[in-house]
Amino acid sequence: MTAIAMPAPDDAVLARRQDILKALQAIVPGEGVIHEEREMRAYETDALTAYRQLPLIVVLPETVEQVSKVLKYCHDNDVKVVPRGAGTSLSGGALPLADGVLLSMMKFNRVLDIDFDNRAVVVQPGVTNLGITRAVEHEGFYYAPDPSSQIACSIGGNIAENSGGVHCLKYGLTTNNVLGLEMVLINGEVIRLGGKHLDSEGYDLLALMTGSEGLLGVVTEVTVRILQKPETARALLIGFPTSEDGGRCVADIIAAGIIPGGMEMMDKPAIHAAEDFVNAGYPRDVEALLIVELDGPEDEVNFLIGRVEEIAKSNQASHVRISESEEERMTFWAGRKAAFPAVGRISPDYLCMDGTIPRRELPKVLARMRELSEKHGLGVANVFHAGDGNLHPLILYDANKPGELDAAEEFGADILRLCVEVGGVLTGEHGVGIEKRDLMTDMFSDADLKQQQRVKCAFDEKHLLNPGKVFPVLHRCAELGKMHVHKGQLPFPDIPRF
Amino acid sequence: MDATLKPRTTQEIEDAVKWAAAEEQPLEIMGQGSKRGLGRPVQAAHVLDLSGVAGIESYEPAELVLTVKAGTPISDVEKLVDENAQELSFEPMDYGPLQGLDPGKGTVGGVLAANLSGPRRIKAGAARDHVLGMEAVSGRGEIFNSGGKVVKNVTGYDLPRALCGSFGTLAVASTVTLKVNPKPETSASFVLSGLGDESAVQVLCKAMGSSAEVSGAAHLPAGVGAEKSRTILRLEGFETSVDYRFKGLEQLLRSFGSPERLAEPDSRTLWRTIRDVEPFAGSNAPVWRISVAPTMGPKLVELLRGKLDIQAFYDWSGGLVWVTVLDGLVHETEIRGAVQEIGGGHATLVRAVPSVRSNMDVFQPQPGPLASLSARLKAQFDPSGILNPGRMAAGV
Repeated sequence: MTAIAMPAPDDAVLARRQDILKALQAIVPGEGVIHEEREMRAYETDALTAYRQLPLIVVLPETVEQVSKVLKYCHDNDVKVVPRGAGTSLSGGALPLADGVLLSMMKFNRVLDIDFDNRAVVVQPGVTNLGITRAVEHEGFYYAPDPSSQIACSIGGNIAENSGGVHCLKYGLTTNNVLGLEMVLINGEVIRLGGKHLDSEGYDLLALMTGSEGLLGVVTEVTVRILQKPETARALLIGFPTSEDGGRCVADIIAAGIIPGGMEMMDKPAIHAAEDFVNAGYPRDVEALLIVELDGPEDEVNFLIGRVEEIAKSNQASHVRISESEEERMTFWAGRKAAFPAVGRISPDYLCMDGTIPRRELPKVLARMRELSEKHGLGVANVFHAGDGNLHPLILYDANKPGELDAAEEFGADILRLCVEVGGVLTGEHGVGIEKRDLMTDMFSDADLKQQQRVKCAFDEKHLLNPGKVFPVLHRCAELGKMHVHKGQLPFPDIPRF
Repeated sequence: MDATLKPRTTQEIEDAVKWAAAEEQPLEIMGQGSKRGLGRPVQAAHVLDLSGVAGIESYEPAELVLTVKAGTPISDVEKLVDENAQELSFEPMDYGPLQGLDPGKGTVGGVLAANLSGPRRIKAGAARDHVLGMEAVSGRGEIFNSGGKVVKNVTGYDLPRALCGSFGTLAVASTVTLKVNPKPETSASFVLSGLGDESAVQVLCKAMGSSAEVSGAAHLPAGVGAEKSRTILRLEGFETSVDYRFKGLEQLLRSFGSPERLAEPDSRTLWRTIRDVEPFAGSNAPVWRISVAPTMGPKLVELLRGKLDIQAFYDWSGGLVWVTVLDGLVHETEIRGAVQEIGGGHATLVRAVPSVRSNMDVFQPQPGPLASLSARLKAQFDPSGILNPGRMAAGV
């Protein structure tokens, strides 16, 4: 099908399917085990839909004890496990394995504790990101990280991916908003980290778990920090004749000591696609469009709107509009929020990329991207979390035309290599998954990747949890553990000694 | 053979650690030695002194990113970002005054190894929340890079963050990339006097749960630094915004009394006192740093007052409790028992003589499976156990 290969299924495990099924049915009764192909189809892909694979069996546990028993059984019997939340990963993090059990956590869907005084909410991992906000908004609170899939994505999946969103420059990623976790290791052990208090004792395993893409453990409970909603929010819609002007304006806003709640940029193809789709009133004759949202106390927001307007004008802005009502603010956002479906309207398929660059490199990266677009013969539209340098190029292609998916993937890989080349990274918020797995060697050395895999060995020595994701080459833990040093044969340097 | 190895480059750190690993010679990892009084004393024949691996590698204020060598003095970094109207938002605390050492010492690597944060922790996050990337040398003597030099990155495991707070037991950091933030234009403190602990923490939690964007929430009970108790909220930002939010707090908290407004520079001085636990400086009595759910702070202190002769004060909205035991003994059973009783958290002994610290759990002991996982993680980074052995727990 495509360039990214998954590990070959283990025939011995496939042959044991009936035994595995029976064992799982003994742990999770009733409809919690799915094994008919027709029903398993719902789980064959995530939001990286170019890749599909039926799992060996699907299991939907309802209790921590069941999760523990399922994992322990798989551990003892050498069966791979792919954990899954809502299945909204854009990088293939929840892509099933033919010889692996798919462990869906979506029956863990309860809010367990709302504690306004301590600004903490304890939920099960299948609760959606927006579900947390819904549970606390009657008191004016919300959960800050807001990935665009927030209506569907689960908080457990957010932990796995360290999800961001448009507000994370000011309010942080998932990792900055999680206080505690309960998780089950592949050997069935249940571990609790953190809680309503701040900072973990001992090693910061919360930091390791957040963004570990389902490779280290299965989260069964999450404690997050909630915030009071900002008193007000207003936005500016600013058009620029060149992307350089837009980029400089962003830098000047930050240099003025202003961290906007959201700061989004779109390039011309994205502006046109969005405007054609939702008529948000975006100017069509600009090369870059910037939405700057300021949130906070009313006096502060009004004051900063003026400052940002001045900065925009001093950077050759050709259009500046300021939202005068909540309705107008929402209109500014309507085009940006509809950018993906808008692009979906002008192209049968698109690939959404996710690199981060130092912001100063934006004009260079956009210029190089236009060259790459010509080289690969495919169009590209850019939306961009401008404050933190997180690019989302949307590569336009038609999966029904032979070779176009391959060309789109090559184009995407070239873009991500470009991000790394200018000092950036492969993924700002979507995760490595399978999508960027084979590019990891462009960003990290062999030694870098081996040390990361040694972390995996501390959690899952047999490589049973979500193998084939994140790391391009799977090294056995025994091999990784070898020390390649010999006494007496070391270069001992000229280090000052006292 | 007792030696101090003083590498000047990452390569030399690698060579030194490789040698130590091959010879199974434990190393005490040190910057300026300002935090030697934290954790358990290290049993090591040699010191790896990193103060020579220093210097600013790159600083781009507009990108909010700073890359420095780990041995760079933290005071140099704070001065540099201050000159550019920026700051380290986590407001690293300084243990110098509490430990009877000079203030203002320590390196960036040391701050991260101990994950030192100050009062702004409750709004801006801990030191670990501001770490973006790291170059380090593992106990295997191998250089590895992780994270990146941009503010948003999820490529690979988040090792730079995970290495924070590991007290040099997993790897030796050589270069770190930090996220910096604009420095607020001004700040002011909202001070209520005479409240008891319970009402004070209610005030703090109410303010933290409001949209006033409070960046410091502390309570100093009567007798801690002043005769009357002081409940203090810090507001920072643009002047017009600080004024507006101050009025908002007055309105929100009017049933608790009318506040005094403390402007710069008094406000700054007061928060430094709180940050560095200065009320407990100048003594040798043991000091505990206890992190609990904010509303449980006063209950914890009440329990302890019933059993021991203590002084205590609160930061982090009531969730960070500094306790000093006046009879001079550490009383770990009573302290940790009380933490357990109020629903959990962690207690760390941050001032005691080495002979006391070497014979107890300075950090909160972990339950079996978690302790085994930590030991497995240590073994993956440092299989020969040569990096700061025993600093966090016996055998780790």
